[in-house]
Amino acid sequence: MSRISIIILVVVCILFAVSWLTKTNALDGDNPVREAFLVTLSAFLTLAIMSFMYKDNPYYKFAEHLFVGVSAAYWMCVGFWSTIVGNLVPRISDSLASYFMVPPQPGTLNFLYYIPIVLGILLLMRLVPKVGWISRWPLAFIVGTFAGLNLIRYLRSDFINQISATFVPLVVDWKGFGDFFSHLSLSVGSQFVDMLSNLVIFVGVFCGLVYFFFSREHAGWFGRASRLGIWVLMITFGASFGYTVMGRISLLVGRLTFLFRDWLGLIS
Amino acid sequence: MGNIGVLVVLLLILGGLVWLLVRALKGKEVERRVIFAFILVAVAAPLLLTITFEMKPTPIVRALYDRIETLPPDSRVLLSFDFDPPMSPEVQPMANAVTRHVLARGLKPVFMTLWATGQAQFNITLTDVIYREFPDLVDGVDYVNMGYKAGNEGVLNVIRTDFRKMFPTDVNTVPWDSIPVLEGIRSCSDFSLIVSLGGGKPGVKEWVLFVGDPTGVPTAGGVAAVVAPQLYPYYPGQLFGLLGGVKGAAEYESHFRDNYPQFESMDTPAMVMMGPQTVAHLVIMAFIVIGNTLFFVTRKKEGRR
Repeated sequence: MSRISIIILVVVCILFAVSWLTKTNALDGDNPVREAFLVTLSAFLTLAIMSFMYKDNPYYKFAEHLFVGVSAAYWMCVGFWSTIVGNLVPRISDSLASYFMVPPQPGTLNFLYYIPIVLGILLLMRLVPKVGWISRWPLAFIVGTFAGLNLIRYLRSDFINQISATFVPLVVDWKGFGDFFSHLSLSVGSQFVDMLSNLVIFVGVFCGLVYFFFSREHAGWFGRASRLGIWVLMITFGASFGYTVMGRISLLVGRLTFLFRDWLGLIS
Repeated sequence: MGNIGVLVVLLLILGGLVWLLVRALKGKEVERRVIFAFILVAVAAPLLLTITFEMKPTPIVRALYDRIETLPPDSRVLLSFDFDPPMSPEVQPMANAVTRHVLARGLKPVFMTLWATGQAQFNITLTDVIYREFPDLVDGVDYVNMGYKAGNEGVLNVIRTDFRKMFPTDVNTVPWDSIPVLEGIRSCSDFSLIVSLGGGKPGVKEWVLFVGDPTGVPTAGGVAAVVAPQLYPYYPGQLFGLLGGVKGAAEYESHFRDNYPQFESMDTPAMVMMGPQTVAHLVIMAFIVIGNTLFFVTRKKEGRR
């Protein structure tokens, strides 16, 4: 460790201690020392992660590794207590349920639930190289079950319903040109806007599909429709990018709000 | 003083961007840390100086608001908190806003979560909205929290036909039969409305696929901005309303506050976030212009060579 690194570490430790003490004095409540420690730790971890924007450094790595380790431990505990204890135990044994202090579910005891236990143990056989192949059986069961479960749902919701949603009338509530022009309005829900929306959906879907139709050369009117399809796709990607930017900025706002409000007390 | 501060900060940002544009016209590259610094200032300054904007609800947001408004009192509404702390800045404001609206209308929300972390997120709503703004409401009588159940789509597949099978007790282990809010509820079809608040998997899409479409129960969502574009195709047929990102939440908060004067002093975190959002987006748009300018200038120079 270089001399400059040691100096930076000492400065960070001193800042942490000062922040902890200052925050402890500023906080009310049952346990201000603990609360102040947690707020200060959160703030320093946030800054450690953000320091990556300058360049990679040991503080960023520490925060990253801490996050990965804590997440892994957290999800392992959650998996045990929610899936095994929460879902399985009350269904296989009343005494085990009372041991783990989860309410037994009368009438649900069913020996079929021992099958997932066996499959779960088989899945762990992956850890033993000689019999690792056995783990493929429960894996196949999982894949098959979810494929079957999702197939119907996706077919109905993402295929049939989505296609039917594009069957929209291009002429909405038509009562003649006179009525159309006398009620011409750009407000949401107006006849003109509804017709325009439906036209955009129809043209967008049609041209988007044309772009992905490769059995015919993209030339002439077909090529023009294909190029319009590309524009539709680009607009879609642009909208997605815009929303992604909004999401990322929201995360930054969230962390800065924490730093300014909870840690530094600059905003109420 | 505040307005002068805002003006100074905006002028500083604008001046910096113009300086970068001039550098770009000369063909000089922009260092990535400069962009980070601009974004930091663009987000921090509106937060510290409290720049806010009035929001008008878009039809897709208003659809959810209007549906809640038209439900008869005591209707049961299922609210699923399917998100975690990383999504919290975006989704927690909409969760709080929808919960507040549902309770203000006298409806009976049933809370649940498909995410283990959703339970902690619900506790924030419990503390910040229910305990603070509706202290007279009684757990189990006016609302109930069923807690988290592991199983993702499997849980949805079961509660679609038998809610009790997955949630025999509430989160405090109170048996189903002792919870008045759940009287008459057998499956998801018995709810007047389902709102999933999330942004990951399982989330709004799974609610549509496994519950909304098969049962026909009106389903709406509130999601993180990243996934919102993927869900717009479900509107208005399969999702009757959608709050997309913090903007959706801000529109909802604004519209609710305008129509419920008694909540004028309520927290509006999403509206507060729209100030930094707007300034940051303007800065990013400016950087897109600068980046393109730099690209064309560099290409022109290379063409001359």
